[in-house]
Amino acid sequence: MNYFVIVLSAILVNNIVLMKFLGICPFLGVSKKISTAAGMTGAVAFVMVLATIVTYLIQVFILNPLGLAFLQTISFILVIASLVQLVEIILKKVSPALYQALGIFLPLITTNCAILGVAILTIQNEYNLLEGVVFAASNAVGFGLALILFAGMREHLVMMDVPKGLKGTPIALITAGILAMAFMGFSGLV
Amino acid sequence: MNQWKIFSKGFIKENPVFILLLGMCPTLGVTSSAINGLGMGLATTFVLVMSNLVVSLVKSQIPDKVRIPSFIVIIATFVTIVQLVMQAYVPTLYKSLGLFIPLIVVNCIVLGRAEAFASKNTVGSSLIDGLGMGLGFSFALTLLGAVREILGSGKIFDIVIYSEDYVTLLFVLPPGAFIVLGYLIYVINKIKKA
Repeated sequence: MNYFVIVLSAILVNNIVLMKFLGICPFLGVSKKISTAAGMTGAVAFVMVLATIVTYLIQVFILNPLGLAFLQTISFILVIASLVQLVEIILKKVSPALYQALGIFLPLITTNCAILGVAILTIQNEYNLLEGVVFAASNAVGFGLALILFAGMREHLVMMDVPKGLKGTPIALITAGILAMAFMGFSGLV
Repeated sequence: MNQWKIFSKGFIKENPVFILLLGMCPTLGVTSSAINGLGMGLATTFVLVMSNLVVSLVKSQIPDKVRIPSFIVIIATFVTIVQLVMQAYVPTLYKSLGLFIPLIVVNCIVLGRAEAFASKNTVGSSLIDGLGMGLGFSFALTLLGAVREILGSGKIFDIVIYSEDYVTLLFVLPPGAFIVLGYLIYVINKIKKA
């Protein structure tokens, strides 16, 4: 498997937010300012890579040998939830500055479907551990790219003269649609 | 009357998709056709009703501190059941919904109703609440899927309405999901105010 293809495909062609519709809640929820969007991206990137490694090891060394593949959903979500808690506790102790920056976003990540989605996709695509890590990292970059671009657009959108009924979420969704259209230009790249 | 209110609030007044904006990932991800939307909606409804039922049954047994993890385990159990049943009986639908079936587990509506309603109310009300919210979710997904299918492939529930020569393919592609949902929320807001 070509790592370059994985990276390019995850960031641009099959962008996790705009093409695969994973992680839409933070995409709409924390995209009002670029600074919060960047904070969220940092937290997601951190947990996404970590969660993919841990869930991969669980799938390969526990679920597969014991024939418990049907427990995938339950075990993955529990692992991710406890991982998020663990990261929060460790971060608080080790790096208070980083905790300050990412702290409020961490609890939200448990229910971020992008994390569970990437963990499951890594297994479904039959990547090995290194490919999985590259896949998770590039998806995190793709998530950040979409989120920060969208936040930039929304910062400008506030000042626009939008028709009354379309204010807020509707115009944000339509803007996201146009952004997704722009990303469709990348299809066929790999 | 009270029970009717709990049941009916999920359709328009507190519609999980159009008003509360919960569960957006499956809403946008699977609604390229009406049948996919309906299938996803009903799968979520089942999980919602069953998890609401179980959560309201065991709510007094669960210590407050491990409340959320316990809810997640309950929800994940029913998601796994749905996953296995759909794989066995409706394999084509299962394939087209793909990743979004296991992702019901992180759908904010399910955990949201367990936490906000079922953990505080009686078994009966929780059942009705789950059913109402689930059907409201299914209604939203089917509507979105139907609009996209009509505009994007000239069909509804696979019944041809007009020739494929006149369709706007964009609406069944990812950008169409965002745009149609944006305008639908606008329309629903107008109706709600009127």
